[in-house]
Amino acid sequence: MTSNPDQVYSKVQEVLVDALGVDEEEVTPQAKLVEDLGAESIDFLDIVFRLEKAFGIKIEQSELFPESVLNDPRYVQDGKVTDDGLAELRQRLPHADLSEFEASRSVEDFSNIFTVDAIVKFVQAKLG
Amino acid sequence: MSKRPAEGVQESGERTERGNPRSGPLTEHRLIPAMRWIWIDRILELERGVRCVAIKNVSAAEDVLHDHFPATDQSPALPVLPNTLVIEGMAQTAGILVGHARDFQEKVILAKITRAVFHADTGPGYAIRYTARLDRIDDSGAATTGTAELIDPASGQAAPLADIELMFSHIDRNRAGLAFPESNFVFTGQFISLLRRSGIAI
Repeated sequence: MTSNPDQVYSKVQEVLVDALGVDEEEVTPQAKLVEDLGAESIDFLDIVFRLEKAFGIKIEQSELFPESVLNDPRYVQDGKVTDDGLAELRQRLPHADLSEFEASRSVEDFSNIFTVDAIVKFVQAKLG
Repeated sequence: MSKRPAEGVQESGERTERGNPRSGPLTEHRLIPAMRWIWIDRILELERGVRCVAIKNVSAAEDVLHDHFPATDQSPALPVLPNTLVIEGMAQTAGILVGHARDFQEKVILAKITRAVFHADTGPGYAIRYTARLDRIDDSGAATTGTAELIDPASGQAAPLADIELMFSHIDRNRAGLAFPESNFVFTGQFISLLRRSGIAI
């Protein structure tokens, strides 16, 4: 399976167009899956299934979307991710850019880290 | 000893005196008929974790066909099974496939109609054969692909009716803080009856 960045991007784009019913032009590298492309929770499962099929890889849902961290009282207090939580997220999500999230740390803002670019990087890392 | 509710009927209210349902006011032990929401008639094949085939006979006795669409001054009645109910039939076929894969221990909820493309209309006197295939299942949910075919009993021939892709959620694992009843409200008596009359051991 290829890990050529352009080919990976093109396939991810196709997956997101099919899963979210959006136009190809909307799927830009910086587009946020929830805020810009209208993804809902079940769409993330759909995206995981489609990525597996498109790239012939196996993805545990928690790899891409670490809900367990956000539901863990050790890592979240008063709706905000703690220092330990942030460290855990960095370790779990090496493909994601957390710099913007660090400013608010609010769980409500967490979905914004899922950009098209983050998904592409995740797939590239999986492909090796 | 209280009577067991008849199939398709669910009890409501509390009894005022244990063991004697007739001792309290009528309203406290009335039986409310459960909504009959079963849009497949028989399961023809069920291969665990692989595929489920079901049949639905479309009858003029179904009320919905008389409202969709009734005669007007300008045009005669046009009884067509709404496409939403064709999708519901597929959801029930695929839902049984998904539920069966995990011994009906999960509450399987239709979460997303990923794709639905229709090729024909369905009127009374025809049958719909649903074939659902399990693409993927994990703890969170499942994805299915399916085809619906329109069967004309006059010729026995089948024609493409629809292609339908669905996503199901295992709702207990995706509660997001919401509380759901402990009992499995998805696979109720209506579905158990369907499975039994189709000769499927559960």
